[in-house]
Amino acid sequence: MSGTYLGMPAFPEAARKAVGDSTLRGNLRHATHTIRDKRARAVAELDDWAALREAGKQIKDHTLRHLDRYLVQVEEAVTAAGGTVHWAADADEANEIVARLVEEAGGGDSAEHEVVKVKSMATQEIALNEALEARGVHAYETDLAELIVQLGRDRPSHILVPAIHRNRGEIRDIFRSEMSEWGRPAPENLTDTPAELAEAARLHLREKFLRARVGISGANFVVAETGTLVVVESEGNGRMCLTLPETLISVVGIEKIVPRWQDLEVFLQTLPRSSTAERMNPYTSMWTGTTDEDGPRTFHLVLLDNGRTDTLADEVGRQALRCIRCSACLNVCPVYERAGGHAYGSVYPGPIGAILSPQLRGTGSDVDASLPYASSLCGACYEVCPVAIDIPEVLVHLRERVVQGGPAVRHGNRVVLRPAKGHAAERAAMRAAQWAFTHPGVLRTGQRLASRTRRLHPRTLPGPGRAWSGSRDLPPVPAEPFRDWWQRTHGGKDGSE
Amino acid sequence: MSSRERILGRVRRALADVPADEVPYERAVAREYAREHGRRSVAETVDLLAENLADYRAIVHRCADGELPGLLARLLAAHGSRNVVVPPGLPPGWLEGAGAEIVHDRAADTPQELDRVDSVVTGCAVAVAETGTIVLDGSPDQGRRRITLVPDHHICVVRVPDQVVGAVPQALGRLDPARPLTWISGPSATSDIELDRVEGVHGPRTLEVVLAGGGQDGRTAS
Ligand code: SF4
Repeated sequence: MSGTYLGMPAFPEAARKAVGDSTLRGNLRHATHTIRDKRARAVAELDDWAALREAGKQIKDHTLRHLDRYLVQVEEAVTAAGGTVHWAADADEANEIVARLVEEAGGGDSAEHEVVKVKSMATQEIALNEALEARGVHAYETDLAELIVQLGRDRPSHILVPAIHRNRGEIRDIFRSEMSEWGRPAPENLTDTPAELAEAARLHLREKFLRARVGISGANFVVAETGTLVVVESEGNGRMCLTLPETLISVVGIEKIVPRWQDLEVFLQTLPRSSTAERMNPYTSMWTGTTDEDGPRTFHLVLLDNGRTDTLADEVGRQALRCIRCSACLNVCPVYERAGGHAYGSVYPGPIGAILSPQLRGTGSDVDASLPYASSLCGACYEVCPVAIDIPEVLVHLRERVVQGGPAVRHGNRVVLRPAKGHAAERAAMRAAQWAFTHPGVLRTGQRLASRTRRLHPRTLPGPGRAWSGSRDLPPVPAEPFRDWWQRTHGGKDGSE
Repeated sequence: MSSRERILGRVRRALADVPADEVPYERAVAREYAREHGRRSVAETVDLLAENLADYRAIVHRCADGELPGLLARLLAAHGSRNVVVPPGLPPGWLEGAGAEIVHDRAADTPQELDRVDSVVTGCAVAVAETGTIVLDGSPDQGRRRITLVPDHHICVVRVPDQVVGAVPQALGRLDPARPLTWISGPSATSDIELDRVEGVHGPRTLEVVLAGGGQDGRTAS
C-alpha cells in the first residue's frame, strides 16, 4: 500500500536524500525533459494560447469568487439528473461517507469488498484507500502509474505520472514480483519494453474491471449549469471504472467547478496540451447524473472541502485553487527535477504543491513550513501554467506568513499564526524584501514578480531558505555537477561556511 | 449544523472581500480566443481530421456512401473478427455482407460476454478536426458506452462532411450535456512509463475510423 506522509522530514532534508539518489535523478530528468519540449510544441500550435490562458484564469477566478452560489447550483443540477450529493468538510468525513456508500452498495459476495479506482488527486489527498482498507474494502488503483505505485508499496511523486521516479526496468521488476499477490501474475518472460508492460497491466486489471460493482473517481471539472462531471484520461481505465460498475462514487474538491458547459471549450484545449503535450488526450468521459441502461445505476458526488475554504479565505493564496492539475509546473521546475516528488511530503508535489499543501494543511508542521522555500523563484512555473497562477507571488506571500505569522483561517476559524520557530532570521530578510516590493520607486509596472524577487531579495537567505536561495540564479542545466552544487550551497547549513 | 451548511458558511466568510455588485459572469470572462484555428475549406477540414486521427495512431479509411458495406466487411475480415457487436440503431445495410457473426448489444449483456466479442462498429455524434477526436453520445447508432470500450477493435464511421467540425468549441456547441459523452482521440494509450506515449492499455487497442460520404473515394468538393 502507499506509504504515509506522517513524520515526513522537512523539505530540505528530504531533498538532500533524493539528490543523492542518482537513479531517481536520472529518471526524473529524462522524463521531465521529454515532456517539456513536447509541451512547448503542442502549445505553439495554438496562436491564441495567451487568450485561452487568460479565459481559463477568468473562468476559475469568477467561479471561486461566487463559489457558494455555484456549489448550490451543482447540487441542484446533479440531484435533478438522478445523482446524490454529499458534503464533506474534511478528509475523515469524506472517507466515512465513501466507506458507508461502498458498504451500502455491497450485498455479501467477495466482489463487494473491492472497488476499482480511477486516478484521483482528491482521494489520494484524503488517503481514501487506507481508510477503506481499515474497513475491509480493498481499493484497486487502475491507472498504470498508480498501479505501479500501489504494487511497489510506494508513494506517488508526480501529479500526472505518479510513478515518474521509476524507470522501465524497475517497473518490470515490480510487476514480476508483486502482481501475483494481487491477482493475475505478470506474463512469463516479461521484458521492460513499455508496450509489454502496458499489456501486462491490461491483463492484470481486466478481470477486476469486469467484475467490479463499485467504481470510485475524482473529476477534472464539474459544470454547474448542467451537473456534468468530466474525467480526462488516456488508458481507458477511467472509462472502465465510470461505466461498468453499478455504483459510481466521485470525490471532487469544491474548486473543480466551472459555471457553464461552454467553459469546457477552454480547458479541453489547454489541459491536454499542458499535461501530456497532446492535442487531445485519448479519452474524455462526461456524464450527467445517471442514464437509463447505460453506465452506473447509482451515482454519488462527494463535495470535498478539506482546507479549500481556508485557502479561499486568503486573498493572495486563493489563486492556487484555480489549478487544473496539469503538472506542467512540475515538469519545468529545476527544484522538482533535482529533489523529486517525494521530498514535498504531500500528494501535491512540485511548485503547485509548494503553495497548495501549506494552505490546505496549514504551516504547522516542519515540512509544510519549509515548502514555501522549495523554490528558486525562477518563474518557469508561472510561465507554463495554463491558468496563470502566479506561483512565485504565492510562495513569497507564504514565506512571509511562515516567518512573520499573522492572520489566517484554519478549519474555518480565524486564527493568528505565530512566527515559526527557527525562522527569526528569515523574518529580517523578508522585511527587507518586503520593503523593496512595496517601495513605489523600485518597481517598474508590469515587471514579473519572479524577476523582481531575483534582483531584490537578499542574495542568500539564511536558515532553511539558504538551500533554495542559493539556486536562484542557476541556469536550467547546471554548469557544475549537482552534487558539487549541493555541497557548495548547502554545506553552509552545517556550519562549514 | 450539517456539513453542507458548514462548508457554505465557510465559503461565504472566505469571500467577504468580494463586492456584492461584482461583474457578472458574462462580463467576467473575455472570450478572446479563436473559435477555430486558421481558415480551412470544408475539404481541408476533413483532411485535417484524417491527418490528426492518423497522427495518434487511429487507422483512417475513406469511402463513398455506397462503398461502406464492402469496406466494413473487408476491415472486419482483415482483423480476423469472428463476431461484432452492434448498437441498436446502426443503419441497416452497413454490415450487409460482413462475414462476422452479428451480436446485438442487449444480447451481450454482461461485461464478461462483451469481452468475448472481437469488434464493434458504430457511428458517431461529431468529429473534431483540429484534435483528431471522435465523440460518441449514446445515440442509437452508437449504443451504450460499454460496447465501444470492452471489445479490442472499434470501427467508427464518421459521415463527412456533416459530422465534422473544425475545433473543440464548435463540437461542444453541437453536443447535448445530458447525454453520456465519450471523446476518443486515437486508441487507448499511456504516457506513464517515462512519459512516453505507448498505445494499447485498457480501451480498444485498434481504432479504425471510416470517413464516409461525398463522391467516389469519399473526397468532398472544396
Ligand atoms: S499550478 Fe498551473 S501548471 Fe501547475 S499543475 Fe496547476 S494548473 Fe498546472
